Amino acid sequence: MKPVLHKGLWAGFALLLVLAPWLHDGGFWLSLLSQMGIAVIACLSFNILLGQGGMLSFGHAVYSGLGAYAAMYALNHWCAGSPGLPVTLVPLVGGLAGMGCATLLGWLSTRSAGTAFAMITLAIGELVFAVALMLPELSGGEAGLSGNRVVGAAPWGMTFGPAIQVYYLIAAYTLVCAALMVALTATPLGRLLNAVRDNPQRVAFVGYDPRWVRTLALVISGFFAGVAGGLATLNFEIVNAEALGAARSGAYLLFTFLGGTATMFGPVLGGVLMVLATVLLSAWTQAWLLYLGLLFMVMVIWAPDGLAGLLQAHGRALRQSNWRRWLPLYMGLWLSGMVVLCGAGALVEMTYHLQLQAVQGSAVRYLGQTLDVTQTSSWLMGVGMLLAGLLPFLALRKRFALAHPGAAA
Amino acid sequence: MEFFLIATLNGVSYGLLLFLLSAGLTLIFSMMGVLHFAHASFYMLGAYVGYSLSQSLGFWPALLLAPLLVGALGALFERAVLRRVHPLGHVPEMLVTFGLSYVLLEVVQLIWGRSAVAFTVPPALQGPAFTLIDHATLGLQAVWGAAPADACQASEVVRVVCTPFPASRAFMMVVSLAMLGLLWALLKRSRIGLVIQASITHPQAVQTLGHNVPRVFMLVFGIGSALAGLAGVIGGSTYLTDPAMAATMGPIVFVVLVVGGVGSLSGAFVASLLIGLLQTYAVSWNVPLPAFGLGSRMTLAQWAPVLPYVLMLAMLMLRPTGLLGRRGEGL
Repeated sequence: MKPVLHKGLWAGFALLLVLAPWLHDGGFWLSLLSQMGIAVIACLSFNILLGQGGMLSFGHAVYSGLGAYAAMYALNHWCAGSPGLPVTLVPLVGGLAGMGCATLLGWLSTRSAGTAFAMITLAIGELVFAVALMLPELSGGEAGLSGNRVVGAAPWGMTFGPAIQVYYLIAAYTLVCAALMVALTATPLGRLLNAVRDNPQRVAFVGYDPRWVRTLALVISGFFAGVAGGLATLNFEIVNAEALGAARSGAYLLFTFLGGTATMFGPVLGGVLMVLATVLLSAWTQAWLLYLGLLFMVMVIWAPDGLAGLLQAHGRALRQSNWRRWLPLYMGLWLSGMVVLCGAGALVEMTYHLQLQAVQGSAVRYLGQTLDVTQTSSWLMGVGMLLAGLLPFLALRKRFALAHPGAAA
Repeated sequence: MEFFLIATLNGVSYGLLLFLLSAGLTLIFSMMGVLHFAHASFYMLGAYVGYSLSQSLGFWPALLLAPLLVGALGALFERAVLRRVHPLGHVPEMLVTFGLSYVLLEVVQLIWGRSAVAFTVPPALQGPAFTLIDHATLGLQAVWGAAPADACQASEVVRVVCTPFPASRAFMMVVSLAMLGLLWALLKRSRIGLVIQASITHPQAVQTLGHNVPRVFMLVFGIGSALAGLAGVIGGSTYLTDPAMAATMGPIVFVVLVVGGVGSLSGAFVASLLIGLLQTYAVSWNVPLPAFGLGSRMTLAQWAPVLPYVLMLAMLMLRPTGLLGRRGEGL
């Protein structure tokens, strides 16, 4: 990856952030966008560990969650008085809290990168979550703490009451944080971190302590995670212990990986996917965690570079050859793949319906159709679609793999 | 005194269950270098499969068949998925087992529902294995089974306390110990154990000698999963069988691994007992702790879920290789 900051790309990203709220109407869209900005920062901060440092963390929510709590305390106690802390700086308080926490826990967890790091971060995550639940006076427990972001002075009439003002604050933070994290990859520390990922022994031989490099990376990553937590505090005006939990940590890992860890674009994609899945997909189907888990396993096996890696590989393959020749093959793959997904989805949805909602009758709404779970024909149709799509998909994939060894997925 | 004895026995039985789980994980880890994230999910699967089998066949066949089934599933997973990911390195291997833990959790909820199922031990194991009678004048006595009602009858002058020890806990201890003896015999006294031990340290040399090392890997993964499944049948029927059991057990097993020294079976044994006793003592002693200015006073029992993690952090600070981990190995 070239660490050069492409000016055009960044201008485009900034323009997209500015224009996004006007592309669609309504408060829901704005709320989605705000959450995406926050998720993008969180996934990018996670990728400093996973992508840049090769450290698999199962407790990243500790840093974002404690950042969110610190921001909530700052909002409730420091912003009201005069001269109070400006609301715009509250996410930085979260960042500092995340950073402080990472400084405390960093040295303990960074002895090695792979397995031990994973185990220790998981256990630290459980510890912090359990303590938070045990001390409801501090954490608010399940109900959480709430605050009000409209406090203190309002420079230029920015009270941060309206959602659009909060969105632009989040967008500004997203742009600056993303730029800083990309810039980090070009610094000597960023390069050293990559070296530690690839061969810690050699780095130690050259005279750098790999553990020290990992700890610094964790501290920096903790800062940005804390900023994301602080922004979430401003956005939702409520924090509960769930923000520290294993489910949140798992989501960071899952979506950062799905987006792709090899490039900076991957985590951005991952953050967007995280919001789409947790907000839209979960409302659409009950089986969303099953789909996610399966998709994740399939990606680990066949496309370890994530969606961004897939796009890159296919883009390269298309540029190198005549794309018109490959269009039918692509269409065939796409179509048969969709048929497979539709068939499998119908089966899963019907099974979920039987298990969880059988009392509500036997009809399932699926892709605009109504399926009857008591009829054998609906099950046969699902299985039929699955097989009808799977056979051509595998055949086409084989042909595709022969043509493009690198891009096969 | 009788209170202390019973708490110790409870702690040891829980610790042995923990070891049954962590033994499988340690075997898999030291063999393949993979931190198997879905190990606790196989534990949960064992409990649910055991529940279903016990509905139709009865508890005892289920105790035998469920671990075999779960072991076969584990071996299948190793063959179909893990072997494919193996060339990519340890992080993708860990990730794929992490994905599997999501899928297994959803599949279990899909088949058995989102609430707990009524999985209990058979009538033969319900009730106490023995009862300790603390008699103010006659001293401490143990009686097999439930104590006769008149023995526990306190009079106005003589204080008598009867403390039963559940048969299911005793059964848990017996099965765990028997299984561990079997495992030890398999590893140390059999030919295949010799091959397994050699494959852990020198896979290439073993391969050169004509053994099918990938198949040994599959076998070890299957044995580890079967141990988890067996722990699931026992743990699920003694405690609770619900979809949260994997999430509550998983992190504790990792703590056992870190405290004992990653990759060391004897270390895992000591750490399992230590954590089992620690948690049981903490739960049973309602010692109030200083409030640290946090308003309400807390008791030690309330802190019991946190203690294993605190122990782990202390261990990492004082002795990062774990209790019995060797230098340069493990972490």
